[in-house]
Amino acid sequence: MKNLGAAILILLVIVAAGAPWLAPGDPFAMAAQPLMSPGGGHVFGTDDLGRDVFAGVVHGARTSLYVGAAAAALAGALGLLVGGLAALRGGLVDQVLMRGTDFVQALPRFLLIVTIVSLFGHRFGLIVLAIGATEWPMTARLFRAYAMSALEREFSFAARAAGAGDLRILVRHILPLSLSVMAAQISYHAGGAILVEAGLSLLGLGDPAVMSWGTLLGGAQRFVRDAWWTSLFPGVAITMTVLGCNLLAEGFAAERSHMGDA
Amino acid sequence: MTLAGWAVRRLLLALPVVLAITTLTFALIHLAPGDPVYLLAGDGGSPAYYADMRVKFGLDRPIGEQFLRYAAAAATGDFGYSFTYQSPVTRVIAQHAPASILLGFAALILSIAGGVALAFVVTLWPSRVLETSIRVVSAAMYSAPVFWTGQILIIVVAVKLGFLPVGGMTTARETLAGAGLGLDVLKHLILPAVTLALPFMAVVARVTRASLRDAVREPFVQAAKARGLSHRQVVIRQAAPHAAVALTTLVGQHAPQIVAGAAITEYLFAWPGIGAVILHASLHRDYPLVTSSFLIISTAVVCSNALSDAVCAWLDPRIRLS
Repeated sequence: MKNLGAAILILLVIVAAGAPWLAPGDPFAMAAQPLMSPGGGHVFGTDDLGRDVFAGVVHGARTSLYVGAAAAALAGALGLLVGGLAALRGGLVDQVLMRGTDFVQALPRFLLIVTIVSLFGHRFGLIVLAIGATEWPMTARLFRAYAMSALEREFSFAARAAGAGDLRILVRHILPLSLSVMAAQISYHAGGAILVEAGLSLLGLGDPAVMSWGTLLGGAQRFVRDAWWTSLFPGVAITMTVLGCNLLAEGFAAERSHMGDA
Repeated sequence: MTLAGWAVRRLLLALPVVLAITTLTFALIHLAPGDPVYLLAGDGGSPAYYADMRVKFGLDRPIGEQFLRYAAAAATGDFGYSFTYQSPVTRVIAQHAPASILLGFAALILSIAGGVALAFVVTLWPSRVLETSIRVVSAAMYSAPVFWTGQILIIVVAVKLGFLPVGGMTTARETLAGAGLGLDVLKHLILPAVTLALPFMAVVARVTRASLRDAVREPFVQAAKARGLSHRQVVIRQAAPHAAVALTTLVGQHAPQIVAGAAITEYLFAWPGIGAVILHASLHRDYPLVTSSFLIISTAVVCSNALSDAVCAWLDPRIRLS
């Protein structure tokens, strides 16, 4: 599972990196007649504006990968920070941080992001920020639980006896142990972030300067009756990418912690 | 702890969440670039209209007083006026809620039935091939975006095969009543409900499968096996109630998100539900409608979590309400 997921993502990175050679030129430019079916010079056909669907899919890979990586990194960092702090300080700090986590989880996430983007402007950086900043609660919960139980184990007592503070134990001992659990979380986040970005772009809330699979599907929406290819190829691309992230996550999750049953 | 005492405690815990959401929506409107009066009263009015509206919404008052008034109005159920629908927010929501509840519950029932069925098939007839194929299929179901599966279903089932309507909730040209109307709505319901159900069906299948597997290893199930019950009897009589607890928690966590999170599916199939309304409101900066729906959805999430905890405690006597 993990290898399959990794293989899909590596293939995608190659496509994204090679986009300028695979599909040279501007993916927004008109390449041929509108709504040409696949074949000939355009393997994935053309969309309603005569743009090459293959070029769109290839260049869209860059956007999705970037969003996935950046939002997942942000969500992972926030999750570790909140969860770690809650486990470390306990008491009132823990209470406040966990109620805050409850609050973020109770928000209608997609609608909140739609609202933020429509209020503050369709900028790529803002979209990534909004996705990452609402994605972290599950990671915070997991890391908190993990760290709390690890702080009560023998190796933590031993480190404490040797004079280490709890912060040092958390960073030097617990964080490395939780690596596979956290890697699984971050892969899940990446998949989720890619779906949210595509959804935003589908609704026309993406950054207009950036080619996105969601934009392609949004354009396809009005022509699905006649031009299945405008929907099929970008959709397969999104599904495969998210599947890659989820399979990778499953693989990491199956590895379990090196700490035994904790 | 008594049930009543517990319920009161849980409701009190929900208060900070509601307060935080009120603060968040208030802050968003005031932090956004531009004068909030355009967000609250719409674009394209005359200067005199905006002057009136500033007074009406209290935007001429100090910010602290504005917040208190905003919170007080929300607390008394006065959510304001939606300018895109030209109607009080509560009425807009009441009009569109039934369609959303119908779609949400249909999707919920489909996903639970489908997911539980998949999990039981794998557990009752253990087979490596079956297990792997169901895992791959459910991973794909979980990964595919609803806005794409919806499009594909529209292309294949509605357009190419012509079995079901492309969108909407009723056939516009016909006036139907009674059973005819019910059948018409059902026909329109199938595709969006299936679309919405697929990802959650995968989650249900996984959780149910995992908890059935854990349950089979529990001492009380092993004891039942030792007393001579067959694998199938053990799974159905002993392990199934155990899995019901995990499933209840899962549904409690996801149900409001499914009913309220149907926005994109409703948009895709032109289903006249609350998700599509909120989406429309967010896109058109109709903030009285957006902020109040946030409040309603988050409150529903908190209540639904509490309800699922109560159901779990009822299903499994080892769980105590606390």
